[in-house]
Amino acid sequence: MSEALVTLAIGMIAGAVRVGTPYLFVSLGECITEKSGRVNLGLEGILVSGAMCGYAVSYLTQSAWIGVGCAAGVGLMLGLLHGLACSLPRVNDIAFGIALMLLGTGLAFFLGKPYIQPQAPQLPSLALGAWSGDPRWQSALAVNALFPIGIALALLLHWGLRSTALGLALRLVGDHEGTARALAYPVLKVRIAATAIGGAFAGVGGAYLSLCYPGSWSEGLSSGQGIMAVALVIFARWRPLGCLAAALLFGAAGALGPALQSIGVTWGYHLFNAVPYALTLGIMIASSRPRQTLAGTPGELSLTR
Amino acid sequence: MRAVLRAALGGLPTLLAVLSALAMFSAFLELHGVPATEALQLMVKGAFGSAFAFANTLQRAAPLMLTALCVVLPARAGLIIIGGEGALALGGLAAGSIAMAAPSLSPTIALPLMALAGALTGGMWIAASGALRQWRGVNETIGSLLLSYVAIALFNHLVEGALRDPASLNKPSTPPLPAGWMIGTLPGLDTHWGFAVGALFCIAAWVFMRWSVPGFALNVVGGNAQAARLVGLPVNALIVGACFAGGAAAGLAGMFEVAAVQGSANASLLSGYGTAGILVAFAARQNPLAVIVCAILVGGIGASGSLLQRRLDLPDAATLVLQGLIFANLLAWEAFNGRIGRWQLQLSAPAEPARV
Repeated sequence: MSEALVTLAIGMIAGAVRVGTPYLFVSLGECITEKSGRVNLGLEGILVSGAMCGYAVSYLTQSAWIGVGCAAGVGLMLGLLHGLACSLPRVNDIAFGIALMLLGTGLAFFLGKPYIQPQAPQLPSLALGAWSGDPRWQSALAVNALFPIGIALALLLHWGLRSTALGLALRLVGDHEGTARALAYPVLKVRIAATAIGGAFAGVGGAYLSLCYPGSWSEGLSSGQGIMAVALVIFARWRPLGCLAAALLFGAAGALGPALQSIGVTWGYHLFNAVPYALTLGIMIASSRPRQTLAGTPGELSLTR
Repeated sequence: MRAVLRAALGGLPTLLAVLSALAMFSAFLELHGVPATEALQLMVKGAFGSAFAFANTLQRAAPLMLTALCVVLPARAGLIIIGGEGALALGGLAAGSIAMAAPSLSPTIALPLMALAGALTGGMWIAASGALRQWRGVNETIGSLLLSYVAIALFNHLVEGALRDPASLNKPSTPPLPAGWMIGTLPGLDTHWGFAVGALFCIAAWVFMRWSVPGFALNVVGGNAQAARLVGLPVNALIVGACFAGGAAAGLAGMFEVAAVQGSANASLLSGYGTAGILVAFAARQNPLAVIVCAILVGGIGASGSLLQRRLDLPDAATLVLQGLIFANLLAWEAFNGRIGRWQLQLSAPAEPARV
């Protein structure tokens, strides 16, 4: 029994990184977008598009890294679309996000049809578990190459949002549009750029899904990571390092189902897979307060009003 | 004349949005070497070209009207709810489990019971999203979508577990409905009664919103919740009530899918009616009467998918791409509405400006 528990624990730790990496990228992207005062619910569609594009390009060029780059490019373009459309008068960012979710998913399914069968080159992983004789630790600590990049980006954002003029402009635009206008900051340009960059992050998150774990392209690849990332950013109180911690937590929760299956628990497979959704909901219930905005909420955000 | 022009102007952004979406879709198809005009002709043919196609379209429109109401009713109270798919799944499951629990009932008792079970389950599920927003401040758009994912997991868990018919080997299902329980077709049409019920609910929702006092109160809440509170309206009750009614409609859609189409609750219920219903609601500008027309059009898009697949070898996701394009264009053309509002004002001004 204790042996099974060790396997379970290792599975959860490995899962925190393995399942958590896409959450990390998508939530960092959404964090940038929301800091500018907009919400992009379309990240779910961008994630799926990124996954498809990354896989297709990796297959065609035989280079996974070019695939990741193209996924970021597709995410950038779709994010730009959201940013531009929501800059039109009377266009609601939440509603357009839902439309983008549908459009991105549809485009990815349409264009990705020929790539469901072939095998594309995958991203490399770093063997951090080589010191251990236990094969379970070795496989658990075979950390994908995108995870350290994600950590670096989280640290960079943490520093950039606090200590650079660009970060200040972003926060000001998201916190109080009137002040930003009075100080002659280009409010719309900042928001459009923030949404586009957020889309690029989500595209990379999608490429991780198809090029690392689970590691192939199919229509059921995403299980709502793009939507959960929006909730995760609220939980992280719009702090990049909070996003990192939250992504690991969500990764561990998402790994619960497969980890239990690996030690022979077959009951309730679907229910354990729903744990991340329930956890997200629970966290939102616990961290939201009626008629009172959370500390750190960007003032222009329609999401928390 | 002016009144007609003014009313026609109101529909102009929707028309322009659909036209530009069709243009983008055509360009997209041409880029893939697919003849766009032929594809569009095939879509019309696949949706409305024959009695069979038309029946298929109406059959798809039936659940779409009800899942669109799941968006429209909360939207009138100022909420964006997108979790209709989950409410539909659980509503269908509740209806299917009645057949499992009491297969000896007569259909005249069993069918209303199934409808009630479906509506109650769906209603509670969406009402939970509304309640979480009102009392806990949880954003209802994300909350309802998360609850929908949980509902689908619950659905799969029960259909593959406790409620599974042991005889359903390849495709886990609840036990099939007893003989004589299946809902028949409308007289003269090859479409089940769910279509009539859906249209009736849309009309009822319109009458309620237009002519009843609670309906008016709901519109006040959606317009300005603070003002509604100041004049003493029960804002929380109205919002949660609207969510319940919307969820009940989606649950009923699930019940009709089980009792008129599938014959049991299984994974075929989860074919995207909830998501397409969001599109229908936005295309109808949250107007229940317009929902009927938009549901038939969106149902037609879905119905034409298989013909596109057979004739032009297009992936079935082609209809998804078109739906997404229409949705995005509808919202973007909303920007044009402000100018139209000014034109409408000019038209309603007296023809000869009074001399000063």
